[in-house]
Amino acid sequence: MSQAEHTAGAAPDVDASGRVALLAELAHALPAAALLASTEELKPYECDGLTAYRCLPWAVALPQSEEQVLAVLKVCHRRQVPVVVRGAGTGLSGGATPVAKGVVLSLARFMRILEIDPAARLARVQPGVRNLAISEAAAACGLYYAPDPSSQIACTIGGNIAENAGGVHCLKYGLTLHNVVKLRVALMSGEVMEIGSHALDDPGYDLLALMIGSEGMLGVVLEASVKLTPKPHTAQVVMASFDSVIEAGNAVAAIIAAGILPAGLEMMDKLATAAVEDFVHAGYDLTAAAILLAESDGIAEEVAEEIATMSALLQQNGARQLRISQSEAERLKYWAGRKAAFPAVGRITPDYLCMDGTIPRKHLAHVLTRIAELSEEFRLRCANVFHAGDGNLHPLIMFDARNPGETERAIAFGAKILELSVDVGGTITGEHGVGIEKVQQMCVQFSREELEAFHAVKAAFDPLALLNPGKAVPVPRHCSEYRLTGSAR
Amino acid sequence: MNDCVEDFRSRILERRPLRLRGGGSKDFYGGPLHGEVLDTRSHSGIIGYEPTELVITARCGTPLAEIESALAARRQSVACQPPLFGAASIGGVVAAGLSGPPRARTGSLRDSVLGVKLMDGEGRELNFGGQVIKNVAGFDVSRLIAGSLGTLGLILEVSLKVLPLPPADATLRFELPQDKALAALNQWAGQPLPLAASCWQAQVLTLRLAGAQAAVAAARRNLGGELVAEPEAAAFWAALREQTGSFFAGDAPLWRLSLPSVTPPLDLAGAVLIEWGGAQRWLRGDVDGASLRQLAAQAGGHATLFRGGEKSGGVFAPLTPALMEVHRRLKQSFDPYGVFNPGRLYPEF
Repeated sequence: MSQAEHTAGAAPDVDASGRVALLAELAHALPAAALLASTEELKPYECDGLTAYRCLPWAVALPQSEEQVLAVLKVCHRRQVPVVVRGAGTGLSGGATPVAKGVVLSLARFMRILEIDPAARLARVQPGVRNLAISEAAAACGLYYAPDPSSQIACTIGGNIAENAGGVHCLKYGLTLHNVVKLRVALMSGEVMEIGSHALDDPGYDLLALMIGSEGMLGVVLEASVKLTPKPHTAQVVMASFDSVIEAGNAVAAIIAAGILPAGLEMMDKLATAAVEDFVHAGYDLTAAAILLAESDGIAEEVAEEIATMSALLQQNGARQLRISQSEAERLKYWAGRKAAFPAVGRITPDYLCMDGTIPRKHLAHVLTRIAELSEEFRLRCANVFHAGDGNLHPLIMFDARNPGETERAIAFGAKILELSVDVGGTITGEHGVGIEKVQQMCVQFSREELEAFHAVKAAFDPLALLNPGKAVPVPRHCSEYRLTGSAR
Repeated sequence: MNDCVEDFRSRILERRPLRLRGGGSKDFYGGPLHGEVLDTRSHSGIIGYEPTELVITARCGTPLAEIESALAARRQSVACQPPLFGAASIGGVVAAGLSGPPRARTGSLRDSVLGVKLMDGEGRELNFGGQVIKNVAGFDVSRLIAGSLGTLGLILEVSLKVLPLPPADATLRFELPQDKALAALNQWAGQPLPLAASCWQAQVLTLRLAGAQAAVAAARRNLGGELVAEPEAAAFWAALREQTGSFFAGDAPLWRLSLPSVTPPLDLAGAVLIEWGGAQRWLRGDVDGASLRQLAAQAGGHATLFRGGEKSGGVFAPLTPALMEVHRRLKQSFDPYGVFNPGRLYPEF
């Protein structure tokens, strides 16, 4: 039974009439094809990439113009109906999970690249433009958009901004935050403002920093200007396999200590490697406890030198097998496996939960050992994929939702991993966002006062708390309840 | 150490206007100074530095020079090279949010902020961000604090991302008029070249390359120009960073224009020095602030009265009413009693 039906059952008259009145107003503001309201039409929007949580909204709006977006916002603002903004719905934390008795505002139709300015190295795009489409459009000018989340074929820049998306190259090239320079934003009230500029800084507070990673809770992105980066002349990747994750972790530290900032530095454990190899046949070493991918980019001599240095360091730290990509096709093949890690794991299990903690890298061995223990304790398998350069760990907890109690067990296992990340001085989320999934673990990472500060920040943009309510920042009162139940430390 | 935090707290809880001050190197910057000085220098010291994690954490009163020498010992640095202006402390560096000559390549000071511990107007200690490079838990308040000129609270501690020092660098000089220099800078910035910093002044473009040995050598061959010998080159960039060269000497007002790098030469009444590949332009002279601001705004940027001059016309470009409203609400929530650096950023708060 869907959430909407469930709640409608609780107070049929008020809710039903509220919904009818809302739909009538939205129908007035939008063309017929831009408003979805039947259960069959709403079904595809009941969840995002976090499929464990589902909820049917009252309606889905698919506006095609800025005027229509503003009209939807104004109607919802006046009627105090919550709005959840949605891009491609690839998010993994439930940031776009609908809110019962709310409207999903899909920006999927805003897919125009408005301008590629090679001289200024900027692209001006609508929020529904796919991440990869920007790089494709800029390729002819020798430029690309650097942040490359694994879902870059499908995910949109609007969603990347909401989550401050990362990717496998962000140690060297930065996160979304470092690559978005200007936003045109609608507040919940329907007021439009421009934040940032094509200059390198702006007067006043850095509101861009707040907007990026705000999980759709502060404003609706109508347009974004993003930085384009010159494509390096060449790139090469070295793949190393290790008998233990400790050795692999030491090798990573040695590379950083040598003053190298690799273009990419990724680790997979044995279970992840096996799942991926079966899927993409990249030729990974299946007997290794961990494999490491280290990429260098730049001009040919520079890459040759850096690859040689990294290879030596990998060997000194116990790499038992080294392979260096000998062609662009081979380089892409090595990466294809890493980028396909989530779907590959998806093939060997009916369901999985993808965690996203970041830890100081020095604690990697301790954290992986503890995860292995938890895996036994919860009787669920867990594969680990690690952005080794920046400490962002993605344990993939495998489960089967059809077995009674297994979903709950997977969620409890995940919660333990997040708390472990905080315990070692890290964070519950590196790049996927808090969303609905990790909202309780925010109580572990932040104090009541800090959560109040977050609520105040939200209120500065959205005083009625109508944009994506219930996500990312828990109500402090719920935290005391969470802590009392003993789920947290 | 806790004693001075308690002292800070009791001062804040008196609810009287305070002027937050570390080394006092930027007293000249921002609006007129109000309030009693709260000196942060007693709260000093590096708390954690792990070169292999690329993160350093220090108390607000720690001199930037101390942080830089700890980093340099491990061949790392705060990549954007914020100015020391003498005795800058790290709290003031983050509060002012100024970036040095490599900013166009390395990102800004704000970009390297990973975490901040703040004491708000209620005397509460709040942690935002953390000590890891990737962190999206909660709104990014730590980077909001960067550049807020101490108006949102007292920074107690900061964590910064640090980067390895480039193994090689070289400085080249070209005789070029402003329009040709700007065109060249923007064209080069679109290529995978190891550009580190640039400075155009008086028909001379000075360019710094930094990166891998091979990349710097190849770029030198490609770009031509005259090689500047090393002791002179390092002194040139240090003087630019610290504004100790002749361009910055004297009492004439110093304006800072932040513009899209592709903005063509502007018709400005005064001497001009251009950095950041065209995106930061300094102007010396007693110009009309309002028309300069208009000119900068038309180009898509803004103008700041950086040093000296008549501050009554406002130091920073005015905000739109909608943006000012958001600023006011943020200020109100972090500093409800108007304790921190009143008027330093905008006269409204």
